[in-house]
Amino acid sequence: MEFIFAVSVGVMTTAGIYLMLRAQTFPVILGLTLLSYAVNLFLFASGRLTVNGAAIVGHSEQLADPLPQALVLTAIVIGFAMTAFVLILAIRARSDLGNDQVDGRELPPERSALEEALANRVEKLSAVHKARNDKPARNKRKPS
Amino acid sequence: MSVFWILLLPLVGILLPVLFARAGRTPVAWLTALTPALALAVLLQQAPVVFSHTVPVYSAPWVPLLGLELSLHLDGLAFLFCLLILGIGLLVILYARYYLSDRDNMPLFYSYLLFFMVAMLGVVLSSNLLQLWLFWELTSISSFLLISFWWHQTEARKGARMALTVTGFGGLALLAALLLIGHVTGTYELREVLTMGEVLRNSEYYYAILALFLLGAFTKSAQFPFHFWLPHAMAAPTPVSAYLHSATMVKAGVFLLARFYPALAGTEAWFVAVSLTGMATMLVGAYIALFKHDLKGLLAYSTVSHLGLITLLLGLGTDLAAVAAVFHIINHAVFKASLFMAAGIIDHESGTRDMRKLNGLWKYMPWTATLAMVAASSMAGVPLLNGFLSKEMLFSETLDQSTLGALSWWIPLLATAGGAFAVAYSLRFMHDVFFNGEPINLPRTPHEPPRYMRVPVEVLVVLCLLVGIFPQFMVGDLLNTASMAVLQGTVPQYSLAVWHGFNFPLLMSALAIAGGLTLYINRRHLFDFQMLFVEHDAKYVFDNMVKRLIAGVTRLHQWLDDGSLQRSMFLLILLALLVSAGPLFALVNTVGSHPQLPINWVVGFCAMMLIIATFVTLWWSHLRLVALIALSVVGLIVSIAFAYFSAPDLALTQLSVEVVTILLFLLALFFLPQKSPTLDSKLTIIVRDFSVAALFGSVIGTVCYAMLTRSPDTISDFFVENSKPGGGGTNVVNVILVDFRGFDTLGEITVLGIAALGIYKLLAQMLVYMPSADSKGFRWSKERHPFLLAVVSQSLLPLALLVSAYIFLRGHNMPGGGFIAGLITAIALIQQYVAHGVEWMKERMPINYLGLIASGLLIATLSGLGSWAFGRNFLTTWFDYFYLPLVGKFELASAMVFDFGVYLTVIGATLLILANLGKLTTSERLKVGSN
Repeated sequence: MEFIFAVSVGVMTTAGIYLMLRAQTFPVILGLTLLSYAVNLFLFASGRLTVNGAAIVGHSEQLADPLPQALVLTAIVIGFAMTAFVLILAIRARSDLGNDQVDGRELPPERSALEEALANRVEKLSAVHKARNDKPARNKRKPS
Repeated sequence: MSVFWILLLPLVGILLPVLFARAGRTPVAWLTALTPALALAVLLQQAPVVFSHTVPVYSAPWVPLLGLELSLHLDGLAFLFCLLILGIGLLVILYARYYLSDRDNMPLFYSYLLFFMVAMLGVVLSSNLLQLWLFWELTSISSFLLISFWWHQTEARKGARMALTVTGFGGLALLAALLLIGHVTGTYELREVLTMGEVLRNSEYYYAILALFLLGAFTKSAQFPFHFWLPHAMAAPTPVSAYLHSATMVKAGVFLLARFYPALAGTEAWFVAVSLTGMATMLVGAYIALFKHDLKGLLAYSTVSHLGLITLLLGLGTDLAAVAAVFHIINHAVFKASLFMAAGIIDHESGTRDMRKLNGLWKYMPWTATLAMVAASSMAGVPLLNGFLSKEMLFSETLDQSTLGALSWWIPLLATAGGAFAVAYSLRFMHDVFFNGEPINLPRTPHEPPRYMRVPVEVLVVLCLLVGIFPQFMVGDLLNTASMAVLQGTVPQYSLAVWHGFNFPLLMSALAIAGGLTLYINRRHLFDFQMLFVEHDAKYVFDNMVKRLIAGVTRLHQWLDDGSLQRSMFLLILLALLVSAGPLFALVNTVGSHPQLPINWVVGFCAMMLIIATFVTLWWSHLRLVALIALSVVGLIVSIAFAYFSAPDLALTQLSVEVVTILLFLLALFFLPQKSPTLDSKLTIIVRDFSVAALFGSVIGTVCYAMLTRSPDTISDFFVENSKPGGGGTNVVNVILVDFRGFDTLGEITVLGIAALGIYKLLAQMLVYMPSADSKGFRWSKERHPFLLAVVSQSLLPLALLVSAYIFLRGHNMPGGGFIAGLITAIALIQQYVAHGVEWMKERMPINYLGLIASGLLIATLSGLGSWAFGRNFLTTWFDYFYLPLVGKFELASAMVFDFGVYLTVIGATLLILANLGKLTTSERLKVGSN
């Protein structure tokens, strides 16, 4: 059982790392999520594997280690907050930069018609956006 | 306590000149002199105590937790240096009053000078190694400020920078050495370290300590090959040169050598390194000094040479040589300070320092000329002057050396040669400036300086004579106690007399003087010879090195970070791989002895599913929706794994987070491109990335397997035992979260709140591009909120809320708790958003999610603060059991209030994120200020 567990963690890490090295934001976030699954399982494994031993006093003879569980529980919730933040950052980056590249500069080598249209729209909208931001009276956001 | 005053008085004095800057030049000078004079009085009052071989100490706690304390001691060596620092300091203050012109900011100069004085006093008085280092660095900084005092001159700025770089670099080396010494001896208390010389010399770190330590001392004392900064520091005003760069600061390096002499000296390595460096410095300095046309340049190189001489003495390794070193420290400070002051007077009154123009000044300033010539004779080692005595001691010490084995006769020979050059450059100083024809094109007609500008020179020259004629009477006690402090034991027999009879040292002195005369008379030939060589200006070499260093570092930085996040990520992962794989090579057996669980076919099937789903996510990551669905399968199996391996709380949390995450991904997908290009990079890059990822995965998998098959070493038994009696709950995981590690949880929900706020801010005023069709070109369905979904979700809402309340209440004893209940409530509400839309929800549930987060955090914090009211520590919980008819026995715990705070924060954060992102799809765009 331990072997299967370790193999699963290794496979998830591999996929997570590979996806994190991609150039578009969405696969990177997918990779980040996979990696945080792997990390959570890895941390959980530091309490070793126990079957039928939920860490409830009086529940069974041999209890699972509760400490890694408590740590992983908060890690899951924080991980959600992080995923959410990165996702919104990706949306924001696309809206400000006009592409979904991690580096924010090169456009993808091949673009579908839809993406072409989107890029056009982005340019148009960012011009509008810029014009609006240039008016000092309505410029509430600090120029970045 | 009086030791403390010596340091404190000048420290207070730093402010005086600046505060009373408007008082006029003379009052400011008096005011500046006040505190050092008082400190000198305190010091002299301590003289009888120090001379009777007791060491006044002072210590006060500073950072007791780190074992740091302010600790000072005034032993013989510290006394000697304090005397030099305060005495010469006072003379320099008087001299500077007349030296600085009306245009200079004199109060600021005086403040810097006193700042330096404090730093230097700190170095010599400190008896804690780290404290010593701190003051050591302060001397470098104050020296920088003083050299660059005329900051409008390029020379001054460059010289200051060079001095700071070289001495600062040495200071870091010194810090490393002191830390190693502290590591080896286990103490940073100087007095203890000095008694542990044996331990240090036998430690395996000895050579590292010695190398770093000498680097610190040699850079400070301008020893070859670090001597180049000192001549460039001469761009400073002359009082600074006289004070810092001849009498005191450059002596800090030799002070350090003398200070640690009992702890580090006594080995072959010390003798070879210190004596050879000293010898090389002495010769190089003396040789170059002869060719300098600049008056201060000559004195600077002669200072380098004399510092080399002192270092050589400390490196010879005999006790008498150490005594001679201490003696020469005194003598050199006295005659060199007076020479610099004389040079400053000449510069001041004639307008130049160029010895090719300065000739025959005897006629114009006979009194100053006499003083300068007496001091220069002392520098040359002429009998009846103090310089003669210590040079005589050097010669006699070099005679009985055996460090270099059969070649030991080199040492006295080279010492005599150095002596001859010293005589030659001293002669040049005297003859070239005061005689040798008439002055050429001087900017001003030279004349005698103001009366009081000459007083400091007179005082010092009189000292030269007195020490030279009555050595035992003048400095006998001082030398004896200082030498005793250096040697940490008995001082050998020596006699301070002018006349020791006809002997070898006297012959060497005579040879040196004769040789010097010959050299000087034949100087034309020497100058012609020297002209054959291209002169390398240290400044350009140094500037070039700095430029090359900057260029190199810039290239390295650009290689590491060329602005591509993708590349940085790759390098980072590569580094992590190298670091984490390393220890695995040392692991012999992957499999440990911990009993393993038998394989279960259901688990095997789930693992298979997990691996397949992972690869689907990877393979079809360009088809984003497919990848997302596969990802949700992975998440689901992870939560099943938690459930199977006895972690019901984790399973519940993972499951509910999974729902929220996937919903968020779906929403995000709407705003992001629907597809990625099939191959986003070149094939080679993909292969490279996958190989690194696979290596990383295999390393992590191996570590995981190795860990799982080894027996655990856990602290959890404490939590399990105390969960019920101490925390009042049987669900240990929940009790850990809200009680044992409650402070961590408070931090974590704060992070959650901050992340939600960050997202809220990111979403504000964002322009989003909504596709009107999906990736295949189909338009969105017109029916945005299916009727069936709306009805079902509406009827499910009360049920879901009930479940979450149940999960919350039982959390302390059964799987559940604030995190999970919060997520369930959030999901129930999000379901309403999905089914009915944002506008519909906003009408019915006008809740401010920001307020929800804030109140959640507030409740959690207050529940923790509440325990203060009962005199307990932050977040101490209270619980008791009550009985109500119908309900029965139940438990109330303050931890539940805390858990409620967690619950509210989780709901607030989750909904703030999702509801605001969802709102972007509607006309209700988020504006700053609205929710």
